[in-house]
Amino acid sequence: MNGLTGAYVPGDSPLHRLPAGAKLAGLAASCTALLLLGSPAALAGAAAAVVLLYAVSRVGVAAGWAQVRPIRWFAVVLFGVQLVFADLPTAASSTLRVVLAVALAGLVTLTTRTAALMACLERCLAPVRFAGLDPFRVSLLLSLTLRSVPVMADLAARVRDAQRARGVERSARAFAVPLVVGALRHADALGEALAARGLDD
Amino acid sequence: MTDEQSPQRRRFPAADIARVSVFAALIAVLGLPGALNVFGSAVPITLQTLGVMLAGVILGTWRSALAVAVLLVLVAAGLPLLAGGRGGLGVFTAPSAGFLIGWLPGAAVTGWIVERGGRSPSMARLMTACLAGGIGVVYLFGIPVQALVAGLSLGKAALLSAAFLPGDLLKAVVASIVGRGTQRAYPDAIPAVHQERLRAGGR
Repeated sequence: MNGLTGAYVPGDSPLHRLPAGAKLAGLAASCTALLLLGSPAALAGAAAAVVLLYAVSRVGVAAGWAQVRPIRWFAVVLFGVQLVFADLPTAASSTLRVVLAVALAGLVTLTTRTAALMACLERCLAPVRFAGLDPFRVSLLLSLTLRSVPVMADLAARVRDAQRARGVERSARAFAVPLVVGALRHADALGEALAARGLDD
Repeated sequence: MTDEQSPQRRRFPAADIARVSVFAALIAVLGLPGALNVFGSAVPITLQTLGVMLAGVILGTWRSALAVAVLLVLVAAGLPLLAGGRGGLGVFTAPSAGFLIGWLPGAAVTGWIVERGGRSPSMARLMTACLAGGIGVVYLFGIPVQALVAGLSLGKAALLSAAFLPGDLLKAVVASIVGRGTQRAYPDAIPAVHQERLRAGGR
């Protein structure tokens, strides 16, 4: 599966060079600030700042739009609902707030390599050791999951073919039960293989 | 059930690592376009909540929550693992973020209810678990977050979410039927049975 590369746009802007942790902290801070900004004028200023950040990062308009695109209909509905129940400034500012938060988060995704974000998240997950998990197992868990996605996609395709051959294409049960049982068989074989390599010792 | 053995088996055996990661991947795959169309291809719906309910039914309380957590961490890292190829941090600042976060306690509650059913959880119990965990808990997190992020009142946010309720009810029914079928075909898919086997296996 080659869709698993993330949305990273290679580049050399100051935003690309900023460490992942700093960008995540900045994102958290600016999302909080967006919730606190009330007046449409202040939000317009924030919008200008976000546009400026996108310009600095040089990721391109298409990549930026791809990040905001999934919420476009929600934004339209929200604007309409607020326009009916409240007034134009409220509608404009609440819609703008949502779009800006998503655009900012998208900017972090666009300018940070998946590997760097993963490393950062793994560090953030370090406290799990107090819950009895060691960080090695956590990163094994993450990489095994990544490896399992194409395996499961393959399994789903095979089950669908079998379903078609049996002429029960319309049955959800005839698809999902073999898929889940197959997934469990795969998981348990994988678990035994890991145990056999001494993971539990 | 999980609690009484937790002091000793905090170690997170390889069998659990494998199950958790495969189920996290399964939830991701159920979001692929056309992974499963319930009525032929007439109603294409995203099936990731179905995956979350199934994870709860089969993995039990904390393993299912962990499977969801792993998926969300990978999504946060920018991988397009959510339905429609969505991914990245944007999904956590979008108005629907609460529904995503709600998957965690939702899967756990589903698993908890199923685990209380012991070695042969009944169909009614599976259905209750999917409805309470997969819909009740998820909406309980989703609606307030949507209201907060979008600046709507709780009532209006609930109204917006009601559009997804029929699909989700259908998914809860499908999840319990599929869960039941899976547990018949593979008894080790019942959380209580799996835990007993793990304990008998020398841990």
